[in-house]
Amino acid sequence: MMKKTLFDKVWDKHVIQQIDKGPDVLFIDRHMVHEVTSPVAFLGLKNRNIKVMYPERTFATADHNTPTINQHLPVQDSLSAKQLDALEKNASEHGISFWGLGHEKNGIVHVVGPEYGITVPGATIVCGDSHTSTHGAFGAIAFGIGTSEVEMVLSTQCILQPKPKKMRITINGTLEKGVTPKDVALFIISKLTTSGATGHFVEYAGEVFKSMTMEGRMTVCNLSIEMGARGGMIAPDEKTFHYIKGREFTPKGEAWVKAMDYWQELYTDEGAEFDKEFFFDGNEIEPMITFGTNPGMGIGITKKIPTANAMEGGAATYQKSLNYMGYHEGESMIGKEIDFVFVGSCTNGRIEDFRAFTEIVKGRKKADNVTVWLVPGSHKVEKAIKKEGLLDILEASGFELREPGCSACLAMNDDKIPKGKYAVSTSNRNFEGRQGPGSRTLLASPIMAAAAAVTGKVTDPRTLIN
Amino acid sequence: MAYDKFEILNSTGVPLPIENVDTDQIIPARFLKATEREGFGDNLFRDWRYNNDDTPKKDFILNNPIYSGKILVGGKNFGSGSSREHAAWAIYDYGFRCVVSSFFADIFRNNCLNIGVLPVQVSPEFLQQVFFAIESDPKSTFTVNLAQQKITIDSTAATETFNINPYKKDNMINGFDDIDYLLNIKKNIKHFAQDTPI
Ligand code: SF4
Repeated sequence: MMKKTLFDKVWDKHVIQQIDKGPDVLFIDRHMVHEVTSPVAFLGLKNRNIKVMYPERTFATADHNTPTINQHLPVQDSLSAKQLDALEKNASEHGISFWGLGHEKNGIVHVVGPEYGITVPGATIVCGDSHTSTHGAFGAIAFGIGTSEVEMVLSTQCILQPKPKKMRITINGTLEKGVTPKDVALFIISKLTTSGATGHFVEYAGEVFKSMTMEGRMTVCNLSIEMGARGGMIAPDEKTFHYIKGREFTPKGEAWVKAMDYWQELYTDEGAEFDKEFFFDGNEIEPMITFGTNPGMGIGITKKIPTANAMEGGAATYQKSLNYMGYHEGESMIGKEIDFVFVGSCTNGRIEDFRAFTEIVKGRKKADNVTVWLVPGSHKVEKAIKKEGLLDILEASGFELREPGCSACLAMNDDKIPKGKYAVSTSNRNFEGRQGPGSRTLLASPIMAAAAAVTGKVTDPRTLIN
Repeated sequence: MAYDKFEILNSTGVPLPIENVDTDQIIPARFLKATEREGFGDNLFRDWRYNNDDTPKKDFILNNPIYSGKILVGGKNFGSGSSREHAAWAIYDYGFRCVVSSFFADIFRNNCLNIGVLPVQVSPEFLQQVFFAIESDPKSTFTVNLAQQKITIDSTAATETFNINPYKKDNMINGFDDIDYLLNIKKNIKHFAQDTPI
């Protein structure tokens, strides 16, 4: 029999037909929708006079544009309000479950998906957001799509896609204390560059990923897109099954048993081939931080900012990036002053991330020179933060908690980092102006963020671990 | 959404020799609040193009009247980052019909093809020649022939072929979109869905 990769198994199972010399017609099991990339797609359906084909496979939440304070009040920004209304209207018109502002299940699309069992192994999942790759942590094929494709999936539950190439990244060894899944991902991107996996679907394999929690695997898969990959995935195992069992939208009873038969086959066959393979040693990974304007511009915290000729991109582009950040070749990042700390987003806005943050700040005080925004990824995360007593610890250290949403990850709402200010951020993109016009972003793990929040500058988090 | 047919494009080009141009630069997130697909061209490259007080930045290429045309020429890894189709809409709405680069990010490339902007991927050497042609004479024209999958620098007659999926090529030449195709095979889809648990 043909040896298949994990990716092949899931992809091939969902191909309805192949277009001659063209893309595959791929059936989509579950489609997640949010307010920013969907209105024009719904408009398209209206113009064609058609309805959503499978509303029961479609799930909508509001996240990109929502305020993170006073969510009980009407949304102030009239354009945001209009977009949020449009989603609500579209969802009700087409009979789609809708978790709007204030709904107990509301949160960032890639956080609530797994929380409620919309994300299951072996499924095809799409959403009009590039970080849909998050769901690959469960062994699903999950990828971001554009609005025309959102319209495609709403109207036909299918998408036309050429089958991507396959890449495997294997990391064995053990991570040193203080090295988190975020660091592993930033490390990989720094090695592969932001375009290193373009055209590929990535499988993460090896001890390091095996021993990660589901939350950690989500962080890694989430960041796949930052090296250009269509998506990333990890073979499901006992941890995966345990995580999803009993959640609202996971199969129950007989359907569960049947699903398990399929899910247990989801691994890469011995000897199956990849178009590209990379191997790294987990023991060599340090806590990472970015110093430039794309996620590939990251270094281990004890390293120096590389010289232009050591980095991807032309020297001019590299210099432009350093100028924007106000940094120089050869400098150390340790001790750099910062102004803001943002903990949140679909990359690091889950309960585990807030636990890690709290662990570091416990018994310490927020530095006076920093503004800290702690934004849970969902109401469920928010509740857990309170229930587990983390909030009390955070408040004792001078922090406050905001309400869930994408927030300063893309700064579409009011949570904008001001021009020229530095933010240590647990999100996923450090592009120019990503967190507000003129903002400067340093991507890092929740514990690096915590270290920055209590010291007011870039600090190796390992120095604060007991 | 159906779009204009694309056959042969003959135009001058606007050079943007920057690498890794991400979609947050092409259209910053704060301009994604529309519920219709109009007017995005005004905010194309907003933060590179305008100062905080909305006055144009003199040194940005789109504000330099000697450069114009329907072809945008960008550095390597063009369109990385967010999946926002708004980036492609902004490029289209501004008046570009073709983007030339030596490398495109996946989702951006798809988005372009879906709305009638042709991404033309050329070799790094050819890209340099294109930049050079514009630099020496901003009135230099280029011919993009989709049927033959060729791009030509008219002044030097240098030509390179480019790849495009034959299905997508057909769609662009005829102005068809994928949904038309999928709606035609709805029966097969329904059949398939029946056997596929949610
Ligand atoms: S948190 Fe950021 S990356 Fe994640 S869905 Fe929201 S905007 Fe996209």
